[in-house]
Amino acid sequence: MSSIGTGYDLSVTTFSPDGRVFQIEYAAKAVDNSGTVIGIRCKDGIVMGVEKLIASKMMLPGSNRRIHSVHRHSGMAVAGLAADGRQIVARAKSEATNYQSVYGEPIPVKELAERVASYVHLCTLYWWLRPFGCGIILGGYDRDGPQLYMVEPSGISYRYFGAAIGKGKQAAKTEIEKLKLSEMTCREGVIEVAKIIYKVHDEAKDKAFELEMSWVCDESKQQHQKVPDFLLEEAKAAARTALEEMDAD
Amino acid sequence: MDLNMDLNAPHSMGTTIIGVTYNGGVVLGADSRTSTGMYVANRASDKITQLTDNVYVCRSGSAADSQLVSDYVRYFLHQHTIQLGQPATVKVAANLIRLLSYNNKNMLETGLIVGGWDKYEGGKIYGIPLGGTLIEQPFAIGGSGSSYLYGFFDQAWKEGMTKDEAEQLVVKAVSLAIARDGASGGVVRTVVINSEGVTRNFYPGDKLQLWHEELEPQNSLLDILSSPSPEPMNI
Repeated sequence: MSSIGTGYDLSVTTFSPDGRVFQIEYAAKAVDNSGTVIGIRCKDGIVMGVEKLIASKMMLPGSNRRIHSVHRHSGMAVAGLAADGRQIVARAKSEATNYQSVYGEPIPVKELAERVASYVHLCTLYWWLRPFGCGIILGGYDRDGPQLYMVEPSGISYRYFGAAIGKGKQAAKTEIEKLKLSEMTCREGVIEVAKIIYKVHDEAKDKAFELEMSWVCDESKQQHQKVPDFLLEEAKAAARTALEEMDAD
Repeated sequence: MDLNMDLNAPHSMGTTIIGVTYNGGVVLGADSRTSTGMYVANRASDKITQLTDNVYVCRSGSAADSQLVSDYVRYFLHQHTIQLGQPATVKVAANLIRLLSYNNKNMLETGLIVGGWDKYEGGKIYGIPLGGTLIEQPFAIGGSGSSYLYGFFDQAWKEGMTKDEAEQLVVKAVSLAIARDGASGGVVRTVVINSEGVTRNFYPGDKLQLWHEELEPQNSLLDILSSPSPEPMNI
């Protein structure tokens, strides 16, 4: 699975003989160790969901938010090192407000994704900076419709119909591929995301988790916001039922 | 007669500029007089300047100030278009102009009308007068000649005109302003911008309709050489 890059992995400014930059790959490992984060693009908007692994029973539910609004029309879900994620979110917010001041319109999601990606990439170019240990799922709704982007620690950014990062990403991707996203509304999407997160959560390895979800769609008037409580409860209930049905088989 | 013409006065464009939306795009119009004090430095200037393929700006006030502002914005918009991967919107162009006008209001003296077409909003007109306000309007007028057009537009303007109606309205309005404003004159230039592209038109000053008490234009004293009467200077 992983190969030790003895000697070539000490600095992000060193290539290995087979053309890899190990430090960036190690940064991606940090993302893989975090709770699953998924995002899907439905026909009328974006839904994002996070499997927030609870470190201690003493933590207040609803704290340690993993999904942040970047601008009125867009939001970001972060996987990996939380503190690194905070930096990236702050930068994205700053880029978005700056664009709005200069150009007089909300930043197109494509442009925002490019700026976040080049910021993340920046930190892979200098020996005195370490790469960000986070994966970002960015969802937004602008004049060109709803768009979903994913940014990796290497600085690569692609546009997706559905994306998953973190522990359960392989299983989550399989589940997402089964969905007919182009026909799904965000209301339905919220239920599906919850089901997937519950499904990929490993009861054995990780104890408790909290489900955090957000959306930006026609129903939310193209504003990025937390999924309304009643819908969130409905989604959790549906997900639990689905799990039980599976266990019952 | 005042022989003390200040030939070193800054070039100003007395000007009449107009921008009008119609059903499908915009029509921009302007006169062509650039004056240095009382002397007409350029009687055929082009006050409608291109910013991008789909956005143009009408300039008034100080010629130098308006040219520089346009040049900067053209440069910013060019970069913006490359980054965005698609044509800039009219709103973005207008906002960039506004930022320069507002932030340098103590040093600049220029009133601008930005007009264009983009695929999201269609035809749009934005007026950016002296202080740097940005205001989106169905039509906008500016320059010294515009004072004589407020009443005219109140009566003649209507929503949803056709392209030809809009252009005729603009030409008529500029022509009326030229008749009354000493700082406006020359020819009428128009630019029509819509989804199909940009069309420039030219209406020579002597072919414009004559208004109340206007005299027939006399093109050149050379004309009298071919006339039957051998008396020059006899008007």
